[in-house]
Amino acid sequence: MIIAVASGKGGTGKTTVAASLATALAEMGKPVSFLDCDVEAPNAHLFLGAVFDQRRDVDMLIPQVDESLCTGCGRCAEVCEFHAIVVLGGKPLVFSELCHGCGSCTLECPEKAISEIPKTLGILESGPGGAQINFARGLLNVGEPMAVPVISQLKKWQVPSPEEILILDSPPGTSCLVVESMRGADFVILVTEPTPFGLHDLKLAVQLTEELGLPAGVIVNRDGVGDTKVDDFCQEAGLPILMRIPLERKIGAGIAAGQPLTEIYPSYGDRFRQMFQQLEGILADRKAER
Amino acid sequence: MKIAISANMNTIEAQFSQRFGRCDFFILIDSETRAWEAFHNPAASARGGAGPQAVQFIADKGSEAIISGRYGPSAFTALEAAGIKAYLAEDGTVNEVLDKFLADELESTTAATGPELHGRG
Repeated sequence: MIIAVASGKGGTGKTTVAASLATALAEMGKPVSFLDCDVEAPNAHLFLGAVFDQRRDVDMLIPQVDESLCTGCGRCAEVCEFHAIVVLGGKPLVFSELCHGCGSCTLECPEKAISEIPKTLGILESGPGGAQINFARGLLNVGEPMAVPVISQLKKWQVPSPEEILILDSPPGTSCLVVESMRGADFVILVTEPTPFGLHDLKLAVQLTEELGLPAGVIVNRDGVGDTKVDDFCQEAGLPILMRIPLERKIGAGIAAGQPLTEIYPSYGDRFRQMFQQLEGILADRKAER
Repeated sequence: MKIAISANMNTIEAQFSQRFGRCDFFILIDSETRAWEAFHNPAASARGGAGPQAVQFIADKGSEAIISGRYGPSAFTALEAAGIKAYLAEDGTVNEVLDKFLADELESTTAATGPELHGRG
């Protein structure tokens, strides 16, 4: 089963939830893989104590023009959705930081003047995380805007076996990066907080899961602050509230020290395992409906 | 000489725009006759790469100079490649900016004057 943990708003506790769920499932002997897809600021390894023993570069193919073959016809610039290649004064000019690596210019060049060369965007790292979790993450190079290929290559690198539970820790927001992280998930856990900001961004995240056709449920973190509007919204939208985590000093201090909830309060192990059973039930019901 | 000026509206009396890549209109002017033509900037709502696309557009229209305010690094690289000289203006209408240019009161720039603003995706 593939579970994505996401949120509209940043800082709601996605990584806390993802790491705690992974730990709870690993504790009962389930094979668990964890992918930190927040490649601009990955930090789940701090909760899971991962030791990286494998690394590889993430490359994207970008165009390189052989000017001796180029006639300056401009076809490459026409087909580039991102204006990463322009033809000025009869000469092509490539803006590699705008290139999405789609290969259209190479395919369309009537003179076959364009070849592709790799550009390194970041790295992938993997290794065991505590409590027998197979951990991997992507890390985008500083200053590099193109993060989606890092996430897609991370997911291709670490394909789960059928019996494995794969947990995807998504970046915040509802951008392409989040779409790429959620893609292929069986269920999306949306972590929010019961505040106007939490609700506003939760609504956006719910729209995204609907657009992608993915079932979702909500975890309310910092329960006890704010108001009841997140509850009202979930009820109206038919979204199950899977768990409530109270705003509590002991939890805050534990998280600051890098402990998942299962370590701060061992009872969270059972709570997350029960939640996992609930997800299995929701997915079984969905399957039966089809 | 044909010059382009970034503007907020599609007339010679429009307010000058400091934005280059994502300005709404380019007013193309023949500096000898002051004959002008307004074009909607196709890069104004580009998902990414507005600067290079805007340069491609004004280059294809035959511009030899541009007057704007903020040129990002990609836009500037493209202007250099196209051999289009980049001038800087502060404010006023397109007509007033043109007068300053013709009076030789505008400076040209030899480097980008704005930050890289490329979108995510």
